[in-house]
Amino acid sequence: MKRIAWNKQLVFGLFVLGLMLLAAIAAPWLSRHDPLEQDLMSSFVPPFWHSDYDGNFLFGADSLGRDIWSRTLHGARIALIVAFVAAFLAGLLGTALGLAAGYFGGKVDAIISRLVEIWMSFPPVLLSIVLAAVIGPGLLTVIVAIVVIDWTRFCRIVRAETLAQREMDYVTSAVTIGLKPLQILWSEILPNVAPLLLVLFSMEMGIAIVVEAILSFVGLSVASGAATWGGMISEGRLYVNQAWWLMALPMLCIIVGVLGMNALGDGLKRAYDYRDKS
Amino acid sequence: MNFSYWLRRLFWVLPTLFGVALIVFVLLRVVPGDPIAMLIPPGAREADIANLRELYGLDKPIWQQFVIWLSAVAHGNFGNSISLRENVLSLVLSRLPATLELALFAVTIAIAIGVLFAVASVYWRGRWPETLADGFSGLALAIPDFLWGLIFILLLGVLFPVMPISGRLDPSLDFNPTTQFFFIESLLRREFRIFASLISHSILPALALALPLAAMIARVLKNSLNEAMNQDYILLARVKGFTRNRIIWREALRNALIPTVALTGVQFTFLIGGTVLIEYIYSYPGIGNMAIGAVIQRDLPLIQGLVLTFAVLFIAINFLIDASYHWLDPRVRQR
Repeated sequence: MKRIAWNKQLVFGLFVLGLMLLAAIAAPWLSRHDPLEQDLMSSFVPPFWHSDYDGNFLFGADSLGRDIWSRTLHGARIALIVAFVAAFLAGLLGTALGLAAGYFGGKVDAIISRLVEIWMSFPPVLLSIVLAAVIGPGLLTVIVAIVVIDWTRFCRIVRAETLAQREMDYVTSAVTIGLKPLQILWSEILPNVAPLLLVLFSMEMGIAIVVEAILSFVGLSVASGAATWGGMISEGRLYVNQAWWLMALPMLCIIVGVLGMNALGDGLKRAYDYRDKS
Repeated sequence: MNFSYWLRRLFWVLPTLFGVALIVFVLLRVVPGDPIAMLIPPGAREADIANLRELYGLDKPIWQQFVIWLSAVAHGNFGNSISLRENVLSLVLSRLPATLELALFAVTIAIAIGVLFAVASVYWRGRWPETLADGFSGLALAIPDFLWGLIFILLLGVLFPVMPISGRLDPSLDFNPTTQFFFIESLLRREFRIFASLISHSILPALALALPLAAMIARVLKNSLNEAMNQDYILLARVKGFTRNRIIWREALRNALIPTVALTGVQFTFLIGGTVLIEYIYSYPGIGNMAIGAVIQRDLPLIQGLVLTFAVLFIAINFLIDASYHWLDPRVRQR
């Protein structure tokens, strides 16, 4: 872990992550309007490149006269919170089960693998929508939905990796000196799958951003009115023929966010591969 | 091919389906919220509400409801939709063909784009077409189908309105099909204007579904093509003086296809899962769109029926893929 092999993807990924953090933290200072403030006199005010730009709403205003720019910045908060928390919890659950399945094998593995298989025969999007509808809209719901669905991603890969690690000499010697299975998993195997987890975590953040957008698009994320990217898109879609820019900016944010998190994952993968080879 | 292997596989399908059914059933019932709330007019009498509850079997304990439902399903009876007041099975069957046609169209597009890009980047190895193909697959892979759907609506539906962005067919066209397989039926009946309208309505949703898969196919096929090109039999073909075109299309492609078939199969299920949102975005009348409606309406029998339908589709596809894999690759058969 001493030297990181920098590469383009890693730099781009970190740049996007930094940008999102900046938007999320500094949102109130970067925008003139409150994201919830309505101004019915200025509904559908066009953005700055338009000839009718009025100098007040940089990226225009939506049907209720709310500032698009401010809502987009505040949307980054929800996106980031969901991305971090959901990816972390999904990783925790999936890794624990994957380690157990891979290390203990036998019945434990059979049960966990069957569970994964059952999970994989649901369409993930449908499952998340059913879950969100069942629990009721809210930030926690989105997080729960992502964790419940995406732990399998971590589980499958960690299980495979643990199977491979288990055959290595360092595990055999740990068993020989009398370490208990939990100790071996925690202090021997886990550190060796940690780089892989970091890669999976970055990718999962990208997925979580999209799932949050999907759920708020269908109207099942945080309470309506709050600024979320998916919510802005679904509102914008209603007026897409009058004011296409309503959905353009939040879409751009999601796309950049997803590309960034993917690049971060790829970049980390390359950085670690490089370390392994040298 | 050994028979007992397939029997064992088939045997394992049932517990998986049972698990899916159980999870969905319990999940939908342990939570607060009354599925018949929207059927009750304001000021309804307690007795009427109780009657309604009894009608849908909601007054019994969950395990009893599950047993009743499961035995009904085993007899092909999926119950009645609460919001649409129709038989669930006939509702699902009337919408399923639309989804299947969309998904098959999307897979066809994905295979066509994927193969073309892979062959192009092997043919012009190290030149600009390869760079272009790599760039394309990187982008197409990173952006999920949901976003592609929105991007196409914005670009090709609104900013440059060249394509219709909602529905399955132009409503002004006169078409009285006897089946729900519109593509096939319009072709069989030689109604080409209908067929053209079907294509133009489903090309954007199908493309949105296809792009991520196309990128995956392009990548995997490119790798296995490059590998195949280094084999001795390709050298032999070169020595024989075959053209580069013929070597790639006829010799290398055939041997490089197996990993791609496997990948396409696995990803096909994800593509079908993707139809849920894509159909919703494009107001396309398939089971995915219906599923979102059912969830929003809290229509329990319909949700259960639809989720089970998706699960059956997923399992059936995986099964078929395995079978075709065995059939394509003699090495697997010997296991």
